[in-house]
Amino acid sequence: MDNSNTASVNWKELDQNQLCLVIKGRLDVATTGSLWGKILKTITKTKPQELLVDASQIKYCDGAGIGLLLKLKQTQKQNNRRIQITGLSPDFQSLMILFDPGRVAESPPKRASLAQRIESLGEKTARLLRDLKDEISFIGEAFIKLLSTLIHPRSLRWRDTFLIAEKAGANAVGITALLGFLIGLILAFQSAVSMQKFGAEVFVTDLVCLALFRELGPLITAFVLASRSGSAFAAEIGTMKINEEIDALTTMGLDPVRFLVVPRLIAAICVVPLLTMFNNLFGLIGCGVVMSFFGFPPVTYLHRIQQAATMTDLLGGLVKTFVFGALIAGIGCLQGIRTGTGPSAVGDSATRAVVSGIVAIVVADGVFAVLYYFLNI
Amino acid sequence: MSLEAKPVIQVKDLTIGYGDNIVLKNVDFEILTGEIFTILGGSGCGKSTLLKHMIGLLQPLGGSVLIDGTDIITAQGPDRLGVLRKIGVAYQNGALFGSMNLMENICLALEEFTDLSKDAMEMIARMKLKAVGLDSAAYKMPAELSGGMRKRAAIARALSLDPKVLFLDEPSAGLDPITSAQLDELILELSHSLKITFVIVTHELSSIFTVSDRVVMLDKDTKTIIATGKPAELRDNSDNPWVRQFFNRQAKKCF
Repeated sequence: MDNSNTASVNWKELDQNQLCLVIKGRLDVATTGSLWGKILKTITKTKPQELLVDASQIKYCDGAGIGLLLKLKQTQKQNNRRIQITGLSPDFQSLMILFDPGRVAESPPKRASLAQRIESLGEKTARLLRDLKDEISFIGEAFIKLLSTLIHPRSLRWRDTFLIAEKAGANAVGITALLGFLIGLILAFQSAVSMQKFGAEVFVTDLVCLALFRELGPLITAFVLASRSGSAFAAEIGTMKINEEIDALTTMGLDPVRFLVVPRLIAAICVVPLLTMFNNLFGLIGCGVVMSFFGFPPVTYLHRIQQAATMTDLLGGLVKTFVFGALIAGIGCLQGIRTGTGPSAVGDSATRAVVSGIVAIVVADGVFAVLYYFLNI
Repeated sequence: MSLEAKPVIQVKDLTIGYGDNIVLKNVDFEILTGEIFTILGGSGCGKSTLLKHMIGLLQPLGGSVLIDGTDIITAQGPDRLGVLRKIGVAYQNGALFGSMNLMENICLALEEFTDLSKDAMEMIARMKLKAVGLDSAAYKMPAELSGGMRKRAAIARALSLDPKVLFLDEPSAGLDPITSAQLDELILELSHSLKITFVIVTHELSSIFTVSDRVVMLDKDTKTIIATGKPAELRDNSDNPWVRQFFNRQAKKCF
């Protein structure tokens, strides 16, 4: 028995319209590749009206080999030419019947690219509008349930709320404080180097204080929470949706928004201002380190802080954080609830929660900037 | 089951689908109080989708599902809650709340809908767990349980508020024959002792013959019911060759 792992092909043109192919050896996934191009090229070149394939010397044939034979059949049929495969062993013949792609659905016909683009644009617009509608109805529903929970505090699942607040808040104190410290330090150092040229290092405190209290403190804290907890909310609720836990809640008569969204909203709204305070405090410490490096004693630094920032600056920043907290939790939960099916759905939801959360925070911050300008805050 | 039993669920002229894609059209059937009723059909014929419509999770394109006289599809507020209190659902993979142990899973509905003391709730939860043979796993998390245990725990949770109707979605899917047979016995036992009406979605023939009083068979091609009746009668006397083929476990000639 020929045990060699090779395959070869010989062909001869019997007359102008007839081509005879003799395929020999082992036609498997490793050897078929080299024959495939060679044989098809020959057929395209010679365009035989009748193709005779002598398959009697094929020792072994797997899916790839059958694929080659079926491809020859298909090519000849498409061009209204004939093909005759002879000598194929009965085992391989039954494989050919099993795999004959005549029954497999054809790939959908390619549309003209313009029509396709218009269709996809329409589809995307429709999806966008549908998403927008969902978002608006979700915001309305969540807001009403939040108000109803505030009116009837007993209906809140307190234990869940505290657990979420611990995870999103207490466990994030370290990272928020570290980021605040580093931002305060870097901001103070960068500005001090420039302001030193004008002998204005003392005003570094003003810059850092105002920047931290009004903008950086709330923003950085919100970004940390969006990436830590917004994604976690989306992943938790998304996994629950995939595991049919949300369906189970619904059929038990428990409202998923009241049960899952409201505790997260309340927890996030409570912890973001507290974390922002930590962030601000450690930012000031970071700035203080730089100021002492530039020779300002702590007393001078503290005095300068009191002069530079007012309570309005601090509270103006903190008010924003309530909205940021609501946005982060709301978007995280919405993306979780909208999780589709399939293995990548939860990951996609978590990603969307972080991206949309950060964008929403920055947009809201812009709105606050305009609002504060008109309110002279 | 007495012959004069009244219908507890009436599915009337129900058409279901997603957008333009109709899955089942103009489906009509009744489920009688106390019977074990099975919805069956080949893969992809819309069994689970029908179940989701019957428990009010999805909105149909038309028709109604009356549970004890109330339409679960249109019911709102207290009416809807009232209907939902009458049913229990055990999902295909259990759908147990992953962050809670079994005891908490079962006590959840009791906490939300009753004024029972913690002791009373725990007692009830233990009883339900005992009924499904999981009393020793009361404080285990769902992730620590095997597939069969999860399904039984889901039944225990669905029983927490003593529903009139229990819906089971593919209860024996993915289970070994022994566990599957144990689950069938549990269904029969609960049906006899608690007189609960069971609505089961499955295509496991052995389960159907063991537990079902009556079945409806759905068909993917005609998008409707092709047979209703007792499983043994359908196997032996159905006019529809496909139904006989299904019950006799023969491969459908589709080539």
